[in-house]
Amino acid sequence: MVHSYRNVMFFTYLRRELRRRRKAALVVASGLALGIALVIVVSSVSAGMEQAQGKVLQSLYGLGTDMTVTKAAEPPEEGDAEGGRPRFQFDAKDGGSGEEQSTDRVMVQGFQTLSSSTVTKVGEQQGVAGAVGGLSLNVVKVNGQFTQGEIPPGQGGPGGSQGRVQGGGADFEVNSYTVYGTDVTNLAIGPLTSSTIGKGRTFRSSETDAKVAVVDESYAKEKDLALGDTVTISGTKFEIVGIATPDSGDAAANLYIPLEQAQTLSGSKDKVTTVYVQVTDSQRIDAVKSTIQQNISGTTVTTSADLADTVSGSLSTASSLAANVGKWLSIAVLVAAFLVAGLLTMSAVSRRVREFGTLKALGWKSGRVTRQVVGEAVVNGLAGGVLGIALGLAGAYAVTAVSPTLQAQIGATGGTAGPGGMGGPVRQSASQAIEVALTAPISLTTIGTAVGLAVAGGLIAGAFGGWRASRLRPADALRRVE
Amino acid sequence: MYQLRSVIKQYRKGRETVHALAGVDLTIADGDRLVIQGPTGGGKSTLLQMLGGLDRPTSGSVELDGIDLARLSEARLTKVRSQSIGFVFQSFNLIPTLSAQENVETALVPLGVKASERRERAAEALKSVGLGERLGHLPSEMSGGQQQRVAIARALVKQPKVLLADEPTGNLDESMRDEIMDVLESMWKEHGLTFIMVTHDSSIAKKAPRLATIRKGALTVTEKAA
Repeated sequence: MVHSYRNVMFFTYLRRELRRRRKAALVVASGLALGIALVIVVSSVSAGMEQAQGKVLQSLYGLGTDMTVTKAAEPPEEGDAEGGRPRFQFDAKDGGSGEEQSTDRVMVQGFQTLSSSTVTKVGEQQGVAGAVGGLSLNVVKVNGQFTQGEIPPGQGGPGGSQGRVQGGGADFEVNSYTVYGTDVTNLAIGPLTSSTIGKGRTFRSSETDAKVAVVDESYAKEKDLALGDTVTISGTKFEIVGIATPDSGDAAANLYIPLEQAQTLSGSKDKVTTVYVQVTDSQRIDAVKSTIQQNISGTTVTTSADLADTVSGSLSTASSLAANVGKWLSIAVLVAAFLVAGLLTMSAVSRRVREFGTLKALGWKSGRVTRQVVGEAVVNGLAGGVLGIALGLAGAYAVTAVSPTLQAQIGATGGTAGPGGMGGPVRQSASQAIEVALTAPISLTTIGTAVGLAVAGGLIAGAFGGWRASRLRPADALRRVE
Repeated sequence: MYQLRSVIKQYRKGRETVHALAGVDLTIADGDRLVIQGPTGGGKSTLLQMLGGLDRPTSGSVELDGIDLARLSEARLTKVRSQSIGFVFQSFNLIPTLSAQENVETALVPLGVKASERRERAAEALKSVGLGERLGHLPSEMSGGQQQRVAIARALVKQPKVLLADEPTGNLDESMRDEIMDVLESMWKEHGLTFIMVTHDSSIAKKAPRLATIRKGALTVTEKAA
C-alpha cells in the first residue's frame, strides 16, 4: 500500500516535469519518432517487395504451385552438328521463283523431358497434395520465298561462262512463339492459373486430346486472333476457345493447348517438361523438396524461394535496397536517436543536479530518483513512438498511394537460370519484364515492433539519465549552492 | 545529541589537497542552537554536510544519538536523513514544477506516509509558516521569503530532531531576513529542535547563544553567558 501512496507523487512529479520541459521532450521524442517511422516505412516497403515478388512468382507458374520438378537440358553431344538448334530445309525448285515456302519447327523448350510417369511418382511422395505435368514448347515458323537470279540478255557467249547473274535472293520471315501443353484434367495447378479467362472459356476436362486452344490476350491482339478463329501449329489447326489475361505481368505462354496435343506436335509422347507440385503444408516445402530429390533421381526441384533468387530488375534492386540500405539506415537512425535521447536525458539530469541532490538530502533513495528519471524518459519514448507510428503510417500510406511501378526481370530459362532454371513456360528472354505496383502494407507485427522500439528507446535514454542520477551525491548537489 | 571527534575532511581540488576540516571536536546537545560562522571556504558548509550525513569525513566520527554517521551504510544514512534531519538551503532548493504543498510533501514521501495524510500535514506545515493561502502556488509565483518559508515547512513537516540551515537568509533582503529568522526561531522553540545554522551575517551571529567560528578548517566555540 505504501508503494501506491508514493506513486501518486511519482505521477504528479512526472506530469509536471514533462509539461515544464516540453521542448526538450519534443526533441527527444522527435528523434525517436524519426527512427521509428523509418523502421515502419522500411518494414512495410519490404513487405510490399515480398508481395510484389510473390506476384511475379505467381505469374510465372500460377497460384498454388509450391515447387516444380524439371530435368535440366544437357549440352549438345560432341559432333552434333546441329547442336540442338532447329534446322530448316527448303527445296530449290526449278522455276519456283516467287513461290512461298513455309516450315515450322516445334521444339521442347529449355528442359529435357521427363516421363509422364514421373508426375504420378511425384504425386505419391509424402507431403505432396497434387502434381500436374506440363509441356513447354517453342515454335519457330519460317516462311518466305526464293527469287532466282537472272543473266541479263546479251551477256555471255553461247558457253555462258562469261555471264554475270544479277538479282535473285531470299525473303524469309521468322516467327517464334511459345505453346504450353496443359493437363486439362487438373487446371488447379500450373501456369494457366495465373491468368483469368477474359473471353470464352478454359479447357474442359474431357478435352484431353481436343484441338482447342486458349490464347494469351497480348498475343491475340498482336496476331489479330479472336474467339472461334483457328491457329495453325505445325500444320494442325486449333480452335480458339478462350482468351486469357494474365493477373500480373506477362503471360506464361502465347498459346495453351491440351497436353496430349502438345506431346504429339513435338513428338514427345508421354513426356512433360515440368511437374508442378502443390504441398500439403507450406511450412514443409524444404522437406518435400528433399524427399522428391531423394526418391526421384536426376531431377531438379525448384521452390519459389529458389526462383526468387533469379528475379532481377528494379524490383530486385528496390528489394535489396529495402533489405540492405533501408535496414541499415533504420538501424543507424535508431541508434543515433537512442544515443541523442540518452545524452539529452543525461544532460537534463546534469541541469537538475540541485533538484535531485535536494531530494536525496530529504531522504529519497537513489532508486526512487532514478525511477523518476527513467519514467520521464519512457514517457518521452512513448510519445516518440506515437509520433513515429503516425509518421510511419503516413509514409507507408504515401508509398501505397503513389504505387511506384517496379520491373522484375526473370533470369533466362533453358536451364541456365538459377538452380535448374524455373520449370515451365517462363519468359524466353530477359528483356521481357514483369511490371508490378509496389505497395507498403503495415502489419500488426510492425506496429508492435514500433511500440517495442519506443519503449526500448525510452529505457535506453532513461538508463543514461538514471545512471547519471544514481551517481549524484547529495553533497555534490549542495556544493553547487555555495 | 551530536558528538564530533577529530573530524578531518580533505578533498582534492586539481593538484591541491584542500583541508576543509582539520580535526574538529564538537558537542551539540539536544535542543541546542548553534550558529556557525566563518569566511568563505573556511569549512562551514563542509561541517554542515557532515552533520547532515550528506558527506563522510576522511577520518574521525560524527555521532548522532550514539550512531556514527560516518560508518553507516548509504541506505541507513538515507533513512536517518529522511527521519531525523531537516534541511533549509540558501537557494531554497524547491522543485520548480511542484506546488508549495507538493514541495512540502516530498519530505514525507520517503517515510511512506499515505497521500491524504501527506497533503494534510503539508497544509498544516504551510499554515504554521503563514502560507495557508498559498498551498497551490508554484515557487515561481512566490517571493524569496515565501519560498524560504516553504523550504522551512518542508524541513519541519516530518518533525525532525535536527534542523540544519545553510545560509537561510543569504538570498533575502533585510526585511525578509528578519522575517525568516523569526520563523526559524519560533519553530526551534516550538518544536524543541536542535538548530544548527551556517551564516555570514554578523548581526545574526551576534544574537546566537553559542557561536562556532571556523577558519581554515579549525573550529572555535564561543559560549555566551545566559
